[in-house]
Amino acid sequence: LFSSAVDQLLNHRHFFPNQFQTKEQVMKEILSGNEAIARGAFEAGVRVACAYPGTPSTEILENIIQYEGIDASWAPNEKVALEVGIGAAFAGGRALVAMKHVGVNVAADPLFTLSYTGVNGGLVLVTADDPEMHSSQNEQDNRNYAKFAKVPLLEPADSQECKDFTRLAFELSERFDTPVLLRTTTRISHSKSVVDLATPVTGLPEPKLVRNAAKLVMLPSNARVRHPLVEERLKKLAEHGAKMEINRLELRGTEVGIITSGVSYQYVREVLPDASTLKLGMVHPLPLDLVRKFAAQVKKLYVVEELDPFIEEQIKAAGIPVMGKELLPVCGELTPGIIRQAFATRHGAVPSPEVPAKLPGRPPNMCPGCPHRGVFYALNQLKAFVAGDIGCYTLGFMPPLSAMDTCVCMGASIGNAIGMVKVVAEADRRKVVAVIGDSTFLHTGINGLMDMVYNNVPATVVILDNRITAMTGRQENPASGFTLTDQPASRIDIPALCRALGVKNIRKVDPYDLEATKKAIEEEMERPEPSVIVTDRPCVLVKREEVFQKGPVLAVTAEKCTGCRACLKIGCPAIVWHPDDGKKGKATIDYLLCTGCDVCRQLCKFEAIGRSE
Amino acid sequence: VNGATTNILLVGVGGQGILLASEVLSETFMLAGFDVKKSEIHGMSQRGGSVVSHVRYGSEVFSPIVPEGEGDILFGFELLETCRYLSLLKKGATVIANDLCIPPPAVLSGEERYPDDLGERIRARFPDFLLVDGLRMATDAGNPRTANTVLLGAVSRRLEIAEEYWLKAIEKMVPAKAFEVNRKAFLAGRSL
Repeated sequence: LFSSAVDQLLNHRHFFPNQFQTKEQVMKEILSGNEAIARGAFEAGVRVACAYPGTPSTEILENIIQYEGIDASWAPNEKVALEVGIGAAFAGGRALVAMKHVGVNVAADPLFTLSYTGVNGGLVLVTADDPEMHSSQNEQDNRNYAKFAKVPLLEPADSQECKDFTRLAFELSERFDTPVLLRTTTRISHSKSVVDLATPVTGLPEPKLVRNAAKLVMLPSNARVRHPLVEERLKKLAEHGAKMEINRLELRGTEVGIITSGVSYQYVREVLPDASTLKLGMVHPLPLDLVRKFAAQVKKLYVVEELDPFIEEQIKAAGIPVMGKELLPVCGELTPGIIRQAFATRHGAVPSPEVPAKLPGRPPNMCPGCPHRGVFYALNQLKAFVAGDIGCYTLGFMPPLSAMDTCVCMGASIGNAIGMVKVVAEADRRKVVAVIGDSTFLHTGINGLMDMVYNNVPATVVILDNRITAMTGRQENPASGFTLTDQPASRIDIPALCRALGVKNIRKVDPYDLEATKKAIEEEMERPEPSVIVTDRPCVLVKREEVFQKGPVLAVTAEKCTGCRACLKIGCPAIVWHPDDGKKGKATIDYLLCTGCDVCRQLCKFEAIGRSE
Repeated sequence: VNGATTNILLVGVGGQGILLASEVLSETFMLAGFDVKKSEIHGMSQRGGSVVSHVRYGSEVFSPIVPEGEGDILFGFELLETCRYLSLLKKGATVIANDLCIPPPAVLSGEERYPDDLGERIRARFPDFLLVDGLRMATDAGNPRTANTVLLGAVSRRLEIAEEYWLKAIEKMVPAKAFEVNRKAFLAGRSL
């Protein structure tokens, strides 16, 4: 039963029946940070929730759909998600918008001007940062966005705070007429802790349309009036911050004082239990009066924060002596051990941690039967120079497929390919292929394709249409045919869309057919015109019957296997190599893992691989 | 255990059911009246990668991850992964592992070998090492898919938490029709 746990977890809301309907007692549940934010949105009376999936933020929307009264949806990208939220807030409804840290880059355009307009109904933007880059291409510290956009930022330190701060963020948003950033990190989003549930707020005003051009139409004459209000708002927020309960002085001793927030607070309490702490719930604007008060009560003042010296620099700029990044790294996650080590060198040594034994690594891999595998095998064989993109298929860079040469951000592949084609000689031009998934193409890749057609750039684009946003755990998108709440939806016809953009050379291939896939890519690489190839196979993890059907599994006939290793070149986890079997070694296929995709059979020249009876 | 925080690490391969098992542990500790925190990384690691889940309980838990070198119990779903995370444990910690080997990509392709002395390596450093034939015991209990529940039972023996809380947590986490076979698997593991 436990072994199908991935599926169960991806749908784990079904294992947690709603228990909080009983009103008499305080209900407790163990919730992740993301689940607690969803709960907090419900308790805050949120009307609209909108997001584009991105680790570690994805589960917020997946959990919010269990609550009645919230219109929750996936948007094609983070910018649209925020714009939907802004519309709801302008019309007086509370709106929650969620995304991963790099998603805020996409949504930054509306965010900066939203700071000027302010809101009517509250608007909270959750930015889920990923220090250590567990599942990201960079580890930007989005607290900087709060300073840049001049908006308040709250940072919860556990799931209880995730829920409570979400409620509080909506109150602040309306009270100060500002969007509020709620910043989590992977360790907050994906850690679980005990949460007391509360009943939702009541008596919020009904949303309605009210004209107020001076506030909501940001052309220069109006925006010039709004900007001073933004500056004034920041001052008021900083004053308010000194009185907020979530900015908490905890005096334990006078030797060491530590200013900290988020998960770093938990690590400090863990390894430096005797230190006094100033625990910040709102890290922007910084309540400097409170910092001064704390600094006056301790002999030595430190800041413990992950990534950038965001708090530290502001304290130093205010002329308050403090240490931070002199002791702690800017790169990567903090851990209790790193903090212990940093402070131990000043207060006695700790034993150095043991060096782990050298063992074979276990990196993530494409699933058995993944339709991306055949495409990357073909690209490898064709020696293509592949401008890659963000998704499961980014794993195509790893050996033995080794067929991805660049990966920058969502949608970048097509623009990157265009730029390469513009500067290299004809022989190299042919090698340039952009590879992008269906969801990523619709996110921001489509603009690159417009450029390619408009400026007539002869490059090849492969759109890997697996009918789902797979990497983040199978979320629906505008080309999957279903909504966040599993309702059937209009499904974008990707080849027709490309045709409408003006692409003349469009073909569909079955990526399980290696020969046809290789031939199609080869021909389009040769063609001195823009061209698009759409691969047409669903993700093996999509469980809808009509979408994916497992074929009869394959097996190796031991007598026919010559040990040539050709089947190993696709890196399928179902194919096992036995080095000691026979003269050169032999391959077998794990029948429990094989999906019967048939790709390995096409690689075996000796017909040793066949359908198992 | 008294008053202090107990640190449990669950390790294995993405897709083995580690996250669900850590949910059952957390639920049990909450039902027994403890503060609980757990942490793991979702996302890319689910694609067959190495997975580690941290579960901590006590009167008041701060960090959601186990401080390096303070692990009390390592609950391994696969031998190579069990070995990989030994450095997170404190001296004298308990290791309970499923007797299962899942070859990683470099072993599948023949570039590297799966070490054949992992059990000995573990026992040499952590004498309190229990190797469980999870699959056989689960099959005996009535369903080979309850191997994780058998292991959970073995872990439960080392923790001072009443049986009723474990069974309540399992009952909450598994579908009603699967509860009985999971109960049997749990009790089989608990008798080890």
